[in-house]
Amino acid sequence: MFRKQILLVVIALISVPFLLAAAGDGAWVSKVPQKDRQKQSPFDSDPRAIAAGAKLFRQNCASCHGDEAAGKDKRPNLHSERIRSATPGELQWLLTNGSLKNGMPSWSRLPEPQRWQIVAFLKSLQ
Amino acid sequence: MKFSFIRVLSILALGALLSGFPLPGRAQENYFVTYSHQMEEPGNLELATRTVSGFPNGANSFMGSVLELEYGVKAWWTSELYLDGQSTSGESTVFTGFRLENRFRPLMREHWINPVLYFEFENINGADKSMLEVVGHDGRADFLERNDRSQKKREAEFKLILSSNFKGWNVSENIIAEKNLKAEPWEFGYALGVSRPLSLVASPNPCRLCRENFLVGAELYGGLGDRYSFGLHDTSHYLAPIASLRIPNGPAFKISPGFGLNSNSHGFLLRFGVSYEIDQIMSKLRRK
Repeated sequence: MFRKQILLVVIALISVPFLLAAAGDGAWVSKVPQKDRQKQSPFDSDPRAIAAGAKLFRQNCASCHGDEAAGKDKRPNLHSERIRSATPGELQWLLTNGSLKNGMPSWSRLPEPQRWQIVAFLKSLQ
Repeated sequence: MKFSFIRVLSILALGALLSGFPLPGRAQENYFVTYSHQMEEPGNLELATRTVSGFPNGANSFMGSVLELEYGVKAWWTSELYLDGQSTSGESTVFTGFRLENRFRPLMREHWINPVLYFEFENINGADKSMLEVVGHDGRADFLERNDRSQKKREAEFKLILSSNFKGWNVSENIIAEKNLKAEPWEFGYALGVSRPLSLVASPNPCRLCRENFLVGAELYGGLGDRYSFGLHDTSHYLAPIASLRIPNGPAFKISPGFGLNSNSHGFLLRFGVSYEIDQIMSKLRRK
């Protein structure tokens, strides 16, 4: 009985890093509510919005993700399949909520139109 | 040579700005007294000074200042150290103590109302005039005596911060409970803040003085008595418009004229602050 408990604890300890890795590996996408997933960007691929988004990205995001959004110090590269396949609504949801457990802060302090401008820039990277 | 706390603060702040951290910085707190649910980004260090000037009737005018070091430990946990000091005209300039503060976001997603739990330990003395919050029966009368550092105040302070962002507006409510760790009663206070950037949409061109970088708002704060006399009787209250400018990749400036709302309050308080954020400071130090 006692051995079984030890085995369970060992299994749990071993699985923690994998669970955390899974959570940091885009698990946020599965948490996005359907209504947010389907939200449409008011800017779409407006070049002015993309330019403004690039400016906002440099001001707010580049310190972690790099000036070219290629990732930095183990922070995710945003030229990835995950970002490419994410809908604008999903990216907007991520910017609004962050992924606090994985170190991504919430950017709700930026007004919603500015978050959409960043999303327009991220989609233009693809 | 007389120790000038304000001068030291100025030098430290200037030194921080010029200390060889050339990468983008920005600051983010909207208010002077009220807290919103905005946390420091993990790994970032914000250096800030907040100063309040008062001109009480029947006493010398004063300038209370704090140097604030705010660090993002996690995306849901922010830690801060404050060093307090003040200068009173015709009296002295003194260091008045320190505060350690921690803020935690218990909910990991954005909601209509976002709670943050705030815990602070203060080790200050009776000469402190930083007025970072107003609680209990704090009022103008406390400032009529000459600077006296003999009274030690070791206090624990708790805040429930509730904050919402909606259509560009931030609305924040703080409920404050403070306890002198000696046998003194719990004191209570409140702070409310509302603010909005002048423009919700960013312009595509780099700019420093464009509307998106300006933020305007107002704060209302005051005391709510103590455990034995809870309420508005013999308390002080302030209404303070606020304006700030965040220079992209640079410092932020804030100013707030505050107006006392009753006879216990100071008639007028002028607050101003400068802050600068150093991104990913630990990574930079490791690289150096």
